[in-house]
This record gives sequence, C-alpha cells and structure tokens, in this order.
Amino acid sequence: MKMSFNKTSIKEILSKNKPLIVLLLLCLVMSMLNDRFWTWSNIIIVLRQTSINAVIATGMTFAILVGGIDLSVGSVVAICGAIAATLISSGMDTILVVLITLMLGLGIGLVNGVLITKGRLQPFIATLGTMTLLRGLTLLYTQGKPISTTGAVSSQSFSKIGTGYFLTIPIPVYIMIFVFIIAYYILRHLRIGRYIYALGSNEEATMYSGIKTENVKMFVYGSAGLLAALGGIIITARLGSAQPTAGSGYELDAIAAVVLGGTSMAGGVGTIFGTAIGALIIGLLNNALNLLQVPSYFQDVAKGVVILIAVLLDRKQKASR
Amino acid sequence: MSETLVSMKNISKEFSGNVVLDKVDFNIYKGEIMALLGENGAGKSTLMKILTGVYIKTSGEIYLDGSLVNFNNIKESQNHGIAIIHQELNLIRHLSIAENIFLGREPLKKAKNIDWKKLYADTKVWLDILGIKENPKELIKNISVGKQQLVEIAKALSLDAKIIIMDEPTGALTVSETKRLFEVVRDLKHKGHSIVYISHRLNEIFEICDDVTILRDGQLIAERNIKEVDEEKIIEMMVGRKLSEQYPRVSCIPGEMVLEVKGITNKFVSDVSFEIREGEILGVSGLMGAGRTELARTIYGIYKMDKGEILLDGKKAIIHNSTDALSLGIAYVSEDRKANGIVLGLDVRENITLASLKKFSGKFGNIHFAEEEASAQGYIEDMSVKTNGTKQLVRFLSGGNQQKVSIAKNLNTNPRVLILDEPTRGVDVGAKKEIYELINKFKLEGKGIIMISSEIPEIIGISDRVMVMHEGKVTDIISMEGASQENIMRLAVGKEVDEI
Ligand SMILES: Nc1ncnc2c1ncn2[C@@H]1O[C@H](COP(=O)(O)OP(=O)(O)OP(=O)(O)O)[C@@H](O)[C@H]1O
Ligand SMILES: [Mg+2]
Repeated sequence: MKMSFNKTSIKEILSKNKPLIVLLLLCLVMSMLNDRFWTWSNIIIVLRQTSINAVIATGMTFAILVGGIDLSVGSVVAICGAIAATLISSGMDTILVVLITLMLGLGIGLVNGVLITKGRLQPFIATLGTMTLLRGLTLLYTQGKPISTTGAVSSQSFSKIGTGYFLTIPIPVYIMIFVFIIAYYILRHLRIGRYIYALGSNEEATMYSGIKTENVKMFVYGSAGLLAALGGIIITARLGSAQPTAGSGYELDAIAAVVLGGTSMAGGVGTIFGTAIGALIIGLLNNALNLLQVPSYFQDVAKGVVILIAVLLDRKQKASR
Repeated sequence: MSETLVSMKNISKEFSGNVVLDKVDFNIYKGEIMALLGENGAGKSTLMKILTGVYIKTSGEIYLDGSLVNFNNIKESQNHGIAIIHQELNLIRHLSIAENIFLGREPLKKAKNIDWKKLYADTKVWLDILGIKENPKELIKNISVGKQQLVEIAKALSLDAKIIIMDEPTGALTVSETKRLFEVVRDLKHKGHSIVYISHRLNEIFEICDDVTILRDGQLIAERNIKEVDEEKIIEMMVGRKLSEQYPRVSCIPGEMVLEVKGITNKFVSDVSFEIREGEILGVSGLMGAGRTELARTIYGIYKMDKGEILLDGKKAIIHNSTDALSLGIAYVSEDRKANGIVLGLDVRENITLASLKKFSGKFGNIHFAEEEASAQGYIEDMSVKTNGTKQLVRFLSGGNQQKVSIAKNLNTNPRVLILDEPTRGVDVGAKKEIYELINKFKLEGKGIIMISSEIPEIIGISDRVMVMHEGKVTDIISMEGASQENIMRLAVGKEVDEI
C-alpha cells in the first residue's frame, strides 16, 4: 500500500469545514453590502447576540452526539430565569443565586436523563414532555408577568453578567468562550467525552465494552440542563427581568447551530468547533438581516434558506465515495 | 474455458491518496464459480464494490458481455443482472425477514398497496430453498447472526441475477447450513448463473469453485484453474511465503482453577457447568442455536442468570453487567463485531482502548494520549492490523482487520478469563495463525480461555478440552484424546458418543 502525504493546505481545511466556508462567505457578502458590518461595535454585538445560543447549543451538541436531543432547553431558560430573578429581588447574593440556578438546571437535566434511561423514553418524547411542563410551570409561577430585578441589593452585580464589559469585550462573550473551551476539553481529553462519541456511534458495542451507558446519558442531559440554566441567567441579567416567555424557540436555534456545525443527528459525529461556527452563522445572519433592514417575516425565510443550503453543502461532501 | 461474462481491466482504486487496488484484472466466466482470494485488506471486497457500483473506481474499465459498462450505484448493477451479498450484514433490524428480502421490490396489488400474502408466500419459497425454518414475519433482530446471513443470501438470490457475488457468505453458517448453501450454489451454476465466491476457508474453495483469482496488497497475483493449484500453493500466493503448521499447539501444565461455572440456567441454557484452569483452552462446539453465544453472554453479564453461580479464583463472582465482568477480569470478544464488537465511528486507537480507557487516563479522567497511542501501536504491530494508522476510522478497515481490532480491545483489559466467540471469523489464513499464537501466548501467561467456534478443525487444533452443546445443554466435555471431527459432530446433534 502506498501513501501520499499532502501538506494540509488551506484548501483542504476548508473542504473539510464547509460550515466555515459558509461563515466566511456570509462575512464577505456583508462587508460588501454594508459598511457598518466590519465595525468593532457591530462585531461585539454579533458576538454578544451569539453567546446565549452558543452556550445552549453546546449542551445540545452533547445530546445530539449521543444520538439524542433536548427540546426542553428553551423552557429551562425561562424557569431558571424566573427563579434567578425572584432570588435576586429577594436580596440574595449574586454568586449564591447563580449557583442555585445552575443546580436547578442541572437537576432538570438529570430528570430528563432519568426519564430517558430508567423510563426508557425516546429523548424526543421525554424532553418534549418536560419542555411543555416547564413552560406551563413558568407561566403559573410568574402569573404571566415579568419578574424585575431592579432595585434589589445585588441587582447591580447580577446585571453585570449580561451587560458588563471587561477590556471592551462583553462578559457573555467570555462566558461563551469559557464554555466552548470546557466542552472541547470534555469531548477531546476526558474519558467521558470518548464515551459520548462511542455511545452515539454504537450504543450496544459501548455497553459491551463495560461502559455504563446510562451514566454517560445522565452526564449529557445534566450538562444540557446546566448550560440552558446558564443561558437563562445571562438573558435575565441582560434584560434586568425574567420574561415568562423567555427562551421559547431557543431549542430550535440551538439545534440549527449544532447541525450547521456538521454534527450528525444520528449521533457519534460532530465537534464543538463546528457548533461554535454554527452558532456564529446564526448570530451573523440575524445581525445581517437587521442591518439590511429586511422585514421580519422575510428574515425567517432567509434564515431557513441559508440553513438548508449550508446543511446540503455538508451532506454532499459526506456522500462522496 | 467458457465465455467471459465480465472482464474488469486495469482497475485501480485510491482512498484519499491511499492505493488499495493497483491495476487489477478480474474475470467472471459464464456458468462458472470464480473464487476471489487474498489476505485481509487485499482488496477483495473493494474490487467487488467497484463492480457493483458501491464504490467509484479511480481508473480502469469494466466490460459486461463485451460492452463497456459503468455502474454508479447498486441499483444500476442490479438492473444489469449482478447481485452482491455483502460481507457485513445490511439488514434492517426492526423489519421482518420478508420485508428485508423484498425491500423496495414488494409485490403489489392492483391498487398499488403491498400484497402481503404474496410477500410472505414468496419469502417462504426462498427460506425453504435455503432450509431456514423461521417464520417470514419474524423480525431480523430476533434471529441469530447465521440466520441473518442466510436472509442476506435469500435476498440476493431472489433478484434472480445472472451474476451473484458472495463475499464471505459462510462466515456465520454451520456445517449443515454451508452444505445446503453449496447445493443451492451448484444448482445455480447448472442453470447457467455465474458466481464470485470470496472466502477464507480454503476447503470450501476446492469444494465448489472452478477458478481462482488471487490478490495480494491490492495487486493481481494470479488467475488459475482450480485444478492447477493446491492449498499450499494458494496460501503461498496469498501471503507471499510458505506457511508452516496451521494450528500451533503449545502444551502447558494447567495451574490453579480460574473459573468455575455451576449450573447456569436461564431462558437460553439449562444447567451448564464447567471449569477452567490457568493455562487451559476450553473449546466450545455445537450447532447454531445450541446456546453457546448465549452462555458466553450470560457469564459476561449481558443476560440474566436464573439459577447457578460463577466462581472466579474460588470466590463467588457477582456479575450484573459487562462492567462487573470486565472489572472482575472476564472479557468477551463478540461474534457479531459490527453490532457489538467495535464502534465503526471511532478510529482504530479509540476502539483498541475503549474497554480499558481507565488504564490510560489520569485522576480526573483525562486521557494520556501518548500512552494510549503507544498501546494501540503495539497491538497493530503484534497483530499486523492493516491500517493507515491509529487514526483511521475502523469503518474503513477490511472485515478481518476489524476483527483483529475487536480482539485487541479485549486483550487490552488484561483479563483473567478470555471468552472468544468465533474469533477467526472472516480472518485470513496468515492472520488466523497469528490469532492462535496470541491465544497461546495468553495460555502460557496462565489465563483461562473459552473459545467458541463453529470450525471444528480449529477447535480440535488448539483446545485442550472440548465442551459440546446442544439445545442449551452440555452434551459432553471431552479431552483432546477423544476428540475427532465425527464425535464432536455427533455430540453437537445431541447424541452421546457411545449411543452410536
Ligand atoms: N471506504 C474506505 N476508505 C478508506 N479505506 C478503505 C475503504 N474501504 C476499504 N479501505 C481499505 O482498502 C483495503 C482493502 O479493503 P477490502 O475491504 O477490500 O479488503 P478485503 O480483501 O475484502 O479484506 P477482508 O478479507 O478482511 O474482508 C483495506 O486496507 C481497507 O482499509
Ligand atoms: Mg472483505
């Protein structure tokens, strides 16, 4: 057998990363259409807008990698936001509130995990159930009204999480990058990450290899819940109040980001880098459509078209023999 | 020699710069059976996938009946009368036997809805021809691997193709099922069909084939009439050197008791007891459905035990799942590598260390890549796994090399007791011997080994004792002195030796 070693050229990197091409193309087109696009302030806006979806999509990546899905993330954003706002306005310390809210998200994720492993429910069904249930609970709890955090003792420090800057970069962007790095480390360097890929590719063989597949799933759905709670904290802090309808439809944006990033819905294949690109594409697209003053109904159409094109490109690539 | 039906000329195939076929010529003659032989990874399956349009060739021409053809997918080659039985099972597990056989070609009624009656009746005809007793409505996931293989064969036969390619069709079949298949194959031949037959079992080649084509490392070595060659010659052409004694037996005085199985009973097996000492190989023989795999999987914790107990080193072993089994030192190499032996989506290294990853990671579960890499590299060399490197996806290895990876994964857990279920299925002659040598190495290290195999020569060749099973029960455990092909067969069909 002969081998030829090609230098990894830029071309090769691009051909392996179709999502990256879509992202670059989008940037190129925008810089021609609108001169406000490449301004520092606009870039910052895009990154900040991306951050919440990116954090949630990271958890979604885990779920999709094991061949599952988590539809409840949007509702987790809402209920965790509401709880966080209540605790802040009751005068509790910010750090404590953040920890409690994250634990709540983790707990909800673990409930999903139990439904899926012990209850043997399809992930789609289980999380569809919790999604509806949690949305209802949030509406009941908030009586359909926003919960404001303004005026409370720790309101100032809490709102920094969503609105603060450090070295001219918004705090949520740091959070996003931190989440990406941790997730990358988990998937590529930790045992559990390896197990996630193995499980998504062949559950039976993973089980035969002595791996407790149920524990892996608990980890995955727990993480998805935790990260959705983090998303809820950021958005509540940013708005200064918790909206009862916050986060609705976020699960779809998260799924879109993951799939745009080249992760297979069948499980086993995908990267955090891909999800980062996917989330950026969506963030950029939203920004572009706003800058270009596209009417909002057309925005959805345009978004849908770009998502389909990007996924088709990726599909073509994989089908080659 | 009769007329040439297919002639493939100068076929080359590269996978991302990696040459796996290099200007290969291959012929199929009308009404004859052509054997296609070569070591694991020689390119046999790839060549046949090119013929049937599964893979696109890099260069070369294919002539069918004298005219140039080029198939872009399997449907096109089917329309030209070529059917293939792939080496790996491609059935849909949640559909029935009948639905699988006629997938996409279901008989329809006038109103274009499926004619279920006819579907089941047509299926029954094929099942009878191949001697399968299952109900056509049975789901694929509920039948054994061997039966699944027969369903694949039925599926290809039902296409009524003039050329039928069989890529290791007998891997999971028992002796009697193989015999039955050969009758069908001979019958097809007499009706003028041509067959390509790929197998690592050379005796089968001599039994049914007319010609042989031999590949080595992606190159054509020779095309011969079967009468011009003998087994030794074929092996020499395949591996490029002479091979000595196929079954290297090592003797070793059995040590302490390692594993004692007492009266295991569940829905698959009843009252199975045996014991294994250090440095002993217990061969397990029996027909398909004898409960051998089920027994192994019960010991490994996959199936529940209703009664009975397992003692490891004299202590009672509590095994609820495979995690328990592995941590107590029992490893299991599955007979069905694609379903539960290996993870196709992971690379070679990741598969080799999958069951023993704890060994290669630190306190916080962080993987030590260098150690992991070294271990994988070690097994690749020891077992001569043919791969581009540790980072190649296992999906892209040839069948036999996937099997080696599956074995390596289990060896890496450093078990006390190693259960091998059909360890040499789909493995070439040279590699088979390497696997026997590895088993022997384990034996000398004082491990207890259980080897389940449908190949009786292999059982006789390397076991120390043979346990024969029939319908979930142990018919007898015999020592090597008393073992012969005949009496193992007799015990396997459920008769005591002295009854006959
Ligand atoms: N899709 C693929 N991508 C990359 N390499 C491949 C692919 N398919 C096959 N190969 C490589 O081509 C070589 C030949 O494989 P092939 O499956 O044809 O071997 P084989 O002769 O059928 O072996 P076996 O007896 O083990 O089935 C192997 O080295 C394999 O790794
Ligand atoms: Mg093959």
